Amino acid sequence: MRASDLLRQSWLALRRAPGRTALLLLAMAIGVAAVVVLTSLGEGARRYVTGEFASLGTNLLIVIPGRSETTGGAPAIFVGQTPRDLTLDDARALQRSYAVRRVAPVVIGSAAVSWGGLEREVPVFGATAELLAVRHWEMGSGRFLPAGDWDRPSSVCVIGEKLRSEIFGNTPALGQWLRVGDRRFRVIGVLGSEGRSIGIDVQDIVILPVTQAMSLFDVPSLFRILVEATSRDSMDAAARFIRSTVAGRHQGEEDITVITQDAVLSTFDRVFGALTMTLAGIAGISLVVAGVLIMNVMLVSVSQRTSEVGLLKAIGAPRRQIVQLFLAEAVLLSMFGALIGLAAGYGGSALIGELYPALPVGPPWWAVVAAVVVAVASGLVFGSLPARRAARLDPVIALAGR
Amino acid sequence: MPMIELDKVDRVFEVGDEQVRALDQVDLQIEAGEYLSIMGPSGSGKSTLLNLLGLLDRPTAGRYLLDGRDTTRLDDREQALTRGEKIGFVFQAFHLVPRLTAAENVELPMVLAGIAPGLRHSRVAEALASLGLSDRAGHRPDQLSGGQRQRVAIARATIMAPELLLADEPTGNLDTHSGDEVIEVLEQLNASGLTLLVVTHDPQLGVRARRQLKMVDGRIVRDERR
Ligand SMILES: Nc1ncnc2c1ncn2[C@@H]1O[C@H](COP(=O)(O)OP(=O)(O)OP(=O)(O)O)[C@@H](O)[C@H]1O
Ligand SMILES: [Mg+2]
Repeated sequence: MRASDLLRQSWLALRRAPGRTALLLLAMAIGVAAVVVLTSLGEGARRYVTGEFASLGTNLLIVIPGRSETTGGAPAIFVGQTPRDLTLDDARALQRSYAVRRVAPVVIGSAAVSWGGLEREVPVFGATAELLAVRHWEMGSGRFLPAGDWDRPSSVCVIGEKLRSEIFGNTPALGQWLRVGDRRFRVIGVLGSEGRSIGIDVQDIVILPVTQAMSLFDVPSLFRILVEATSRDSMDAAARFIRSTVAGRHQGEEDITVITQDAVLSTFDRVFGALTMTLAGIAGISLVVAGVLIMNVMLVSVSQRTSEVGLLKAIGAPRRQIVQLFLAEAVLLSMFGALIGLAAGYGGSALIGELYPALPVGPPWWAVVAAVVVAVASGLVFGSLPARRAARLDPVIALAGR
Repeated sequence: MPMIELDKVDRVFEVGDEQVRALDQVDLQIEAGEYLSIMGPSGSGKSTLLNLLGLLDRPTAGRYLLDGRDTTRLDDREQALTRGEKIGFVFQAFHLVPRLTAAENVELPMVLAGIAPGLRHSRVAEALASLGLSDRAGHRPDQLSGGQRQRVAIARATIMAPELLLADEPTGNLDTHSGDEVIEVLEQLNASGLTLLVVTHDPQLGVRARRQLKMVDGRIVRDERR
């Protein structure tokens, strides 16, 4: 029997029972669409989170006071007692390596900000000129904190775009004196960048020179130090340098944690990759359910078409051909169901992308391939029982309708 | 060498604890081109004999030689191939595939045999024309009369140019007029060389055959030629 004839005969049989066929196509399509939509959500979440971390900056190392075992369990275990403070001098010392391009010390707090009778409580970053380049931020207008001696700061500040519009409205912000806590700072720039940093909306912050912020909050230590390595290859050297330098300054104790952006990225990548796989697996179960449905409906169909099977045998079909005929039906069903499901799944994930533009949804290729393969395989596996039952029918009994 | 040779063939059905001897030590030889009728009371084993000759069933004991070959040694594929190439069936219940048109039903054996579509279509058209069914080619079975359905079934049974045609009460579901038409078609086929076996309850049809068998309780009790 020719392949084209096999497909045509199966197609004719499927067309003869449109209700049954539509039901099975629907079951298969739902399964495939579920895989596509769920994995595209998982993949969207993965891309979103890794994208956020990538936007932290390239070749970035983050130095945090206190030693934590990041490799073991989820909660950070601090070895020893209270960690020594990270100081501005520590940060300064980190600049002295060929592996390090920029060092940006950071403190974080919050303070009341007021101008012309308007007052708001906002997050305050204490930073230096290096932060702009390290974080790849862009200025909306004006300029960033001036470069120069960290210990002799001027009374200037940079604010986020949202804060600017809420405090100053239509008044030009540059050159205005903004009160932060109990001090006054001249606004010299407005950030143009969007996004979040350590969970804080950068459009809604005030950035002060780091020493100003430290004395404003009355803290002796830094929140963390951001270090940009000169290249991707020098990340390890930079990390080693940071550890030994800080240890040297802290009586030989390595009481800091150095996180590389790569480590964070790959952790999130793994976590969300596993999440997506899990979602695919759960959705995949519906494909097996669809297969079971195909099996049941085809078993009914075989018993309804008993005399037809007898006739096929009488006019020369061996068992193998009967199996092929019924299997072709199952495969056609699962294949067309899968195609419909793919279309629906891609449509659904495009819709989600429309509704939540921030989420970069899109099914991963492996999930799409796996969905189609599992759908067709499930059609084959579950279709083979009815097909073999049909092939085993005794033609005499089948034709007699006994 | 006879075309068909049955040698002490038994066919025993097990029904619960009981054994039903549908064929009992049947010896039979049929030459190519013969025209046989098989008659006998209900349950005498006529259909069982026909199914066995058509390789739809196997003897419990004895030998069946078709064209000198022992058919009991053939596997499923070889048996199916033999049915497709050498044997045609005509059933009382027609057994047309309801979703296919008359032409597609006639075409079906050639589809299974893997014959090229171009060749198939010309042969189907020819077969339908010779049975006066050209204008019914595109009709489905439920749009045809009983006589027309049986003629489509005959076209299907003969499309592979078999040497043996087995008809089990081919006129059983038909009125006298269409029954006569069907028998005439079968006899024409026999006249052109096809070996024809017809099982019938109708004595008037039975006596038209050149050789008449009578079965009782699984045995051939009479074998007459005229
Ligand atoms: N599959 C089967 N299982 C059990 N017994 C069977 C089976 N097929 C046939 N028989 C028995 O074998 C005997 C012969 O049956 P068969 O169908 O050959 O009779 P028949 O001569 O064709 O009768 P009818 O004229 O009614 O068609 C009957 O007693 C029948 O009950
Ligand atoms: Mg019978």
